[in-house]
Amino acid sequence: MTKQFLLDGQPVPFDDGQTILEAARKAGHYIPSLCWHKDFPPHGSCKLCVVKAAGRHVSACATPAKEGWEVESNTPEINGERRGLLQMLFVEGNHFCPSCEKSGNCELQALAYEYEVLTPRFRHFFPDRPVDASHPDVLLDFNRCIFCELCVRASREIDGKSVFALTGRGIGKHLVVNAESGQLGDTDFSATDAAAHICPVGVILPKGTGFAVPIGERSFDVATIRSKTLKESS
Amino acid sequence: MNSPSPRKLRVATASLAGCFGCHMSFLDIDEHLFELVELIEFDRSPLTDIKDVGPCDIGLIEGGVCNAENVHVLREFRRNCKTLIALGACAVNGGLPAQRNHIPLAECLREVYQFRDGVANGQIPNDPELPLPLDKVRPIHEVVRVDYFIPGCPPSGPAIWKFLTDLLAGRTPRLSGGLLHYD
Amino acid sequence: MSVLPSSVVASLDDILLRHRHQATELLQILIQAQQIEGWLPAATLTHIAAALGLPRARVEGVAGFYSFLYTQPVGRYRVLFSDNITDRMLGNAELLDALCRKLWIEPGHLSEDGLVSVTTTSCTGLCDQGPAMLVNGRAIGQLSHRRINEIAELIRQQRPLELWPAEYFQIDDNIRRRDALLGLDMPPGAALQAAVARGRDGWLAEMQASNLRGRGGAGFATAVKWASAKNAPGAPKVIVCNADEGEPGTFKDRVLLNSFADLVFEGMSLAAWAVGASQGFLYLRGEYRYLLPQLEAVLARRRAAGLLGTGILGQAGFDFDIAIHLGAGAYVCGEESALIESLEGKRGTPRIRPPFPVTKGYLGRPTVVNNVETLAKTCLIALGGGEAFAATGTAQSAGTKLLSISGDCAMPGIYEYPFGVPISRVLEDCGASDTQAVQVGGASGICLAGYEFHRRIAYEDVPTAGAFMIFDGTRDLFDVARAFVHFFAHESCGFCTPCRVGTSLLKGFMDKLADGHGAQADLADIDWLDRLLKNASHCGLGSAAPNPVIDTLQKFRPAYERRLVSLDFEPAFDLDAALAEARQLTGRDDSGAHLKTHEEDEK
Ligand SMILES: Cc1cc2nc3c(=O)[nH]c(=O)nc-3n(C[C@H](O)[C@H](O)[C@H](O)COP(=O)(O)O)c2cc1C
Ligand code: SF4
Ligand code: SF4
Ligand code: SF4
Repeated sequence: MTKQFLLDGQPVPFDDGQTILEAARKAGHYIPSLCWHKDFPPHGSCKLCVVKAAGRHVSACATPAKEGWEVESNTPEINGERRGLLQMLFVEGNHFCPSCEKSGNCELQALAYEYEVLTPRFRHFFPDRPVDASHPDVLLDFNRCIFCELCVRASREIDGKSVFALTGRGIGKHLVVNAESGQLGDTDFSATDAAAHICPVGVILPKGTGFAVPIGERSFDVATIRSKTLKESS
Repeated sequence: MNSPSPRKLRVATASLAGCFGCHMSFLDIDEHLFELVELIEFDRSPLTDIKDVGPCDIGLIEGGVCNAENVHVLREFRRNCKTLIALGACAVNGGLPAQRNHIPLAECLREVYQFRDGVANGQIPNDPELPLPLDKVRPIHEVVRVDYFIPGCPPSGPAIWKFLTDLLAGRTPRLSGGLLHYD
Repeated sequence: MSVLPSSVVASLDDILLRHRHQATELLQILIQAQQIEGWLPAATLTHIAAALGLPRARVEGVAGFYSFLYTQPVGRYRVLFSDNITDRMLGNAELLDALCRKLWIEPGHLSEDGLVSVTTTSCTGLCDQGPAMLVNGRAIGQLSHRRINEIAELIRQQRPLELWPAEYFQIDDNIRRRDALLGLDMPPGAALQAAVARGRDGWLAEMQASNLRGRGGAGFATAVKWASAKNAPGAPKVIVCNADEGEPGTFKDRVLLNSFADLVFEGMSLAAWAVGASQGFLYLRGEYRYLLPQLEAVLARRRAAGLLGTGILGQAGFDFDIAIHLGAGAYVCGEESALIESLEGKRGTPRIRPPFPVTKGYLGRPTVVNNVETLAKTCLIALGGGEAFAATGTAQSAGTKLLSISGDCAMPGIYEYPFGVPISRVLEDCGASDTQAVQVGGASGICLAGYEFHRRIAYEDVPTAGAFMIFDGTRDLFDVARAFVHFFAHESCGFCTPCRVGTSLLKGFMDKLADGHGAQADLADIDWLDRLLKNASHCGLGSAAPNPVIDTLQKFRPAYERRLVSLDFEPAFDLDAALAEARQLTGRDDSGAHLKTHEEDEK
């Protein structure tokens, strides 16, 4: 018999070593995430996948499932915490969706819709973050970075280039590129790199293709992030 | 019992640092507007001639807070409205006007008054009649307590209609599915 | 790309060679490279990256993580005032201002001639002899106005640090109460002899019988940790002594390293014997860098005595040596998995656990991380046996505990007590009077009010890594909590959303209250943030960050309430201050050019 745990009262089968998140999604139950990606080991930084397993808060993406566990995910308490985490990501950066090319295709925005985030709630930090237009084919708008490190990981592990890294600490943490000038144009980055297409939000943007898809036809106009994610993980 | 509400709800609206786009969207609820005027009457609003806001049931604020005058209007609304609603991206998070926040105020003002083409020897005006700008454009919830938020740039007519009908019917308003969007 | 002077290149290459061009040595290389010019210019990072075969961005990532590494120019004299709450209580802010005035500089800004910069840093572990500062990494305690005047003069004259009065740099142990450990006079090697005589398994069995639990905070059973590492596959195994001691108010490891270093190193060897480890690291916080020469000397002596190296004490296969790695100003590196990342030359970001270090630690190998005091205590067990050790203290807390006592008392310093000692007894012994509260276990510990002073220091009652800060009736517990919140916001590594953003939001709310703009709504938000930090943080830093606020809100709530100006809501920022720039630009000061932040004031 396969092992199983209970997710919000529903039995979820799993294989040894599988995380709560993977097993749940495979069985058709949605647990949200931003920094998790099927091609990489879990990162565990965004904390959107927080669940309560056997009464303790854990990251579903990084916690191997255990036989007989009772896991709470879609509850008012946990969803309230997720809403709070999304609000935190909005206020720490500068997110003006109406002028963002990623709008409609952005996972942060789509998650905020999923969790009915109507207000940023907190004081905005309005940080000063630059835009890097030095590369011929790709624009970097750091105002929207959520530090998921997907670009860092993709560039290092898939492209073999390590174009991106994080520096600074705490609220001063920020993304840098692999050049003494600090300019993307001075790196070996290419628009065909995996890292050029992995950003879940609107930081790494191909030039000259903005707003190409009309409103109403963009990824999250036609499907919720919940249905899109579940389709991709089945 | 199914008695109709004894009186119409009084609604006031204002545009702070906004573009009136949200007001336009509000008018965009088309045929519902006729239903709406059965249920509400307007107090101070760009849609009426009333200058000062009186006691109201609902206040709708478009736009962020960019100067001292905005603060006064917003506070007057808060004092007078039982329910205060942030209408649209600028009221909710500062929106487009807040894009000036990373530029020092001095630079903004000099750009407008001193260095623009055709402005020779321009001075930053010091007329006490003019409201002073704040160092940054802020969303309204950073200045007063706000009860509800309707995001969108602008929020669609149907979203506003859904929100108001929920509110008028005594349901906690909810926006989801296609009605909730930030752009 | 900018070009480095050839002399700088020569120095860098020398440093790189000494570290065998190992990427794991990156942090150590950066610390030494910084000594060349006082900071790390962009071209230096580029050079180091190329020499180590690392992406430059990764080197920049590491350099940007640690508070004591500078990628912007700093003063030739770099003055950092320790900013623990105990320093604040001793008037560090006033001294900092005085020094800045004397030097004609602004806090946090480099003087125009590049001579000096003055700012604050997290607790430097000199709470028993504060207010304290670091000058170019050298610790100076017992600051007074007189001392500050003299220091200003020395800096103005550009007198090299070596020529400053030696008494400035004298750090006292201040040991006030000795028990089993501090009373021990052991010839180097005696404990190791005893353990080796018992054999590896016999020694581990003694450790099991001792019930020794970790002194670094979590209280994990030491023998269980050692046994797990022993049984885990992978080699060579590693023993790490955690001497990061960053918890505000803690300074007992400083004293152990200063005067009992042989016990500490012997404890590491005892661990190596039990586990079968051959590599050892002492991770020394950057603030204690001044201890480095004497610690290296102790290691050299131990090597010469055959207590480190190969075939230790004549046992074939007992090979073990110890290297000292320096930290560079990052409290989070005390967390064991962040510490290991730092040892590997990376940013100090806590890892996902499991796997735990005992199975996959340094370079993926089984690794034991123990606190300085834990390791020193193992000497007592080797000498006297596990049962004798277990017979002291309380049922669940065997042995003694070193307390670092500071704050409002007559005799701050180090006190060693058997576990189970009541708070009230400690207060009496150190000459505290009119005590309002005690913060036990540092910023992440617990704040005890007067009605709790009967409670006991023990894992089963009031656990502690050793900090014991005393606040008398004149202190405002809100200020205490706020200082700790500032600390956590500054030290958050920034990896996870709740802590990175949450500690900054919490800091904003505490500052808002402190500035007299608080409202009841803020207390509700604080409460909510506290819970999210506790629940959703990735490591112990984030989950402990709200502790001081939770405790003081519960036990000293009026300290918050009396700062509220409204029962409802107050703006998130200072409205009038937000008009200041426009007032300046227009030269206006009429009534229309002002806003009252608190609305009632306006009518
Ligand atoms: C943020 C944080 C900081 C820590 N700092 C220290 C420290 O400075 N020294 C220490 O020994 N343990 C510290 N710890 C605890 C270590 O993670 C680890 O539990 C300890 O070193 C294990 O040693 P022990 O079992 O001997 O106590 C810290 C933990 C956290 C979460
Ligand atoms: S990145 Fe996403 S959330 Fe941010 S502005 Fe762009 S669309 Fe909006
Ligand atoms: S740029 Fe995009 S992919 Fe990279 S860390 Fe930021 S949000 Fe993640
Ligand atoms: S809780 Fe704080 S210190 Fe710990 S990983 Fe998260 S951000 Fe870093």
